[in-house]
Amino acid sequence: MVDLISYSGTAIARAIKGNSSTRDSVYAFFAARAKKLNRSLNSFVEIYDEPVCGDGVSSLAGVPIAIKDNICLKGKKITCASKILSSHVSVYDATVVARLKKAGLAIIGTANMDEFAFGSSTENSCYGPAKNPWDTSRVPGGSSGGSAAIVAARLAPFALGSDTGGSIRQPAAFCGVVGLKPSYGRVSRYGLVAFGSSLDQIGPLTTNFIDCAHLLNIISGFDEHDSTSASVTVPDFSAALVEDVDNLKIGIPKEYYASTLAKDVKDAIGEVIAFFKKRGAQVIDITLPHTEYAVATYYIIGSSEASSNLQRFDGIKYGSRQTGNCLRDIYTHTRAQGFGSEAKRRIFLGTYSLSSGYYDAYYVRALKVRRLIKNDFDEAFKTVDVILTPTSPTPAFKIGEKTDPLSMYLSDIYTISANLAGIPAVSFPCGFTKDKLPIGAQLIGKDFDEATLIRAGYTFQCATDYHTQIPKIAYE
Amino acid sequence: MVDKKIVEYVANLARIEIPPAEAEHISAQLSDILAYIDKLKELNVEKVEPLRGLHLENNIFRKDEALASGCQEDILKNAPVREGNYFKIPKVIE
Repeated sequence: MVDLISYSGTAIARAIKGNSSTRDSVYAFFAARAKKLNRSLNSFVEIYDEPVCGDGVSSLAGVPIAIKDNICLKGKKITCASKILSSHVSVYDATVVARLKKAGLAIIGTANMDEFAFGSSTENSCYGPAKNPWDTSRVPGGSSGGSAAIVAARLAPFALGSDTGGSIRQPAAFCGVVGLKPSYGRVSRYGLVAFGSSLDQIGPLTTNFIDCAHLLNIISGFDEHDSTSASVTVPDFSAALVEDVDNLKIGIPKEYYASTLAKDVKDAIGEVIAFFKKRGAQVIDITLPHTEYAVATYYIIGSSEASSNLQRFDGIKYGSRQTGNCLRDIYTHTRAQGFGSEAKRRIFLGTYSLSSGYYDAYYVRALKVRRLIKNDFDEAFKTVDVILTPTSPTPAFKIGEKTDPLSMYLSDIYTISANLAGIPAVSFPCGFTKDKLPIGAQLIGKDFDEATLIRAGYTFQCATDYHTQIPKIAYE
Repeated sequence: MVDKKIVEYVANLARIEIPPAEAEHISAQLSDILAYIDKLKELNVEKVEPLRGLHLENNIFRKDEALASGCQEDILKNAPVREGNYFKIPKVIE
């Protein structure tokens, strides 16, 4: 069964074809791999001996999938990689989990992440850092670093992640897989532990666009349990799996090609642009003038929302509780012991921005700049269909390399704007550095137009073999 | 500049205890981050309407119906300290 690791998830589902004994042996194969390689990669928080599986039928029935440890699966532990939740058991299924069960997928376990999704490297996990399968001295990206590493090392064909400022796309780029952040409202967040409620989206991580389209079909759609869920028609994303970029208008925003962009990354993106041109797309120079303000805007809005959402972790109803003589001491001790340093930093920053006296200067100002950033995209999409950028200014960095919080924040510089504008974006493999580290390209689309991203990405994938390359560790 | 006093004020609002030695360090980090964020002050946003949410054209209402959740015991099982069907906390009334 060694060659199973070079199969796509959709191909594995075809091989299973509803046969329960094949399904069980496929699961046993991946669970054994996951347990063995997790010792080197630390990409899972928990691996289930038996799959959590509905008996539903779909084009992906039986395929193992990992879920990020901030998504509720009834009866299983959910920790958000935080000490404050380390004993918590989910009391209900997230809507995405209910949909996976209904489609018959086999949930294999929970993926490591930055605590409460605060980070870009998966180093801020109470379980220790996850490792990049291409070079275990490097980070897999974050915050969905476990999810990306699992898919890259073929410990499961699929994973779900969440993306508040790039947390699906940046790890997808660092690990050489396809990671898509859907439009805000496309996928229900019911059962996702909230970080930044106006920014968070759940999305798929897969090795290729065929799997991405099928998995997105399963998790998308209106949900009455999520008041921000959009009641818009969900197209069949697999219909977008056609090789056709003829006359597609692709925007190249000059602000994303600054001098700080690593040369290997710049060269690889240059080849993607050349490919699309050759295939008949119109490549158009555009400008997104407020790009340089995106990181500052995001860290105010994201941290403000996080500080509000994380108020619930007070040691009363769930999680761990520290002792104290009065209620107030219980809160302050529990939160001091339970949260890691990055979580505290975001809570402090958010609390400060929302506090009386600073609210207008920081929070309201950030909301105003957010509108300017969204207006930039609205303007650009009057002339182009999609926007092509690097996903990250550099390939995967070393574990422990970024010690200053601000330099870590700036590694999300190309992904944050799509969350602020609520629009869909995908990272896909487009090359390797000379040290064999994956490079990701990002396509950003119009609101609810994931289909065009999939069509363009699929066209590129059909002509290249980056997505079929597997890190050596996967064969150990 | 976020001085030690402001850090203590914010930590109090956030209900997170910080040892005095840590306040210094946090004040330096927050000051660095806010110095970067002050970049936003370069822009004239006087006439810009804040973007308070996406897709908020309509308010969404659902029917106010009582439904059985059936998970009371599961919720209570997660409580750090419980007594019967209650979450238990120290006495708050003098």
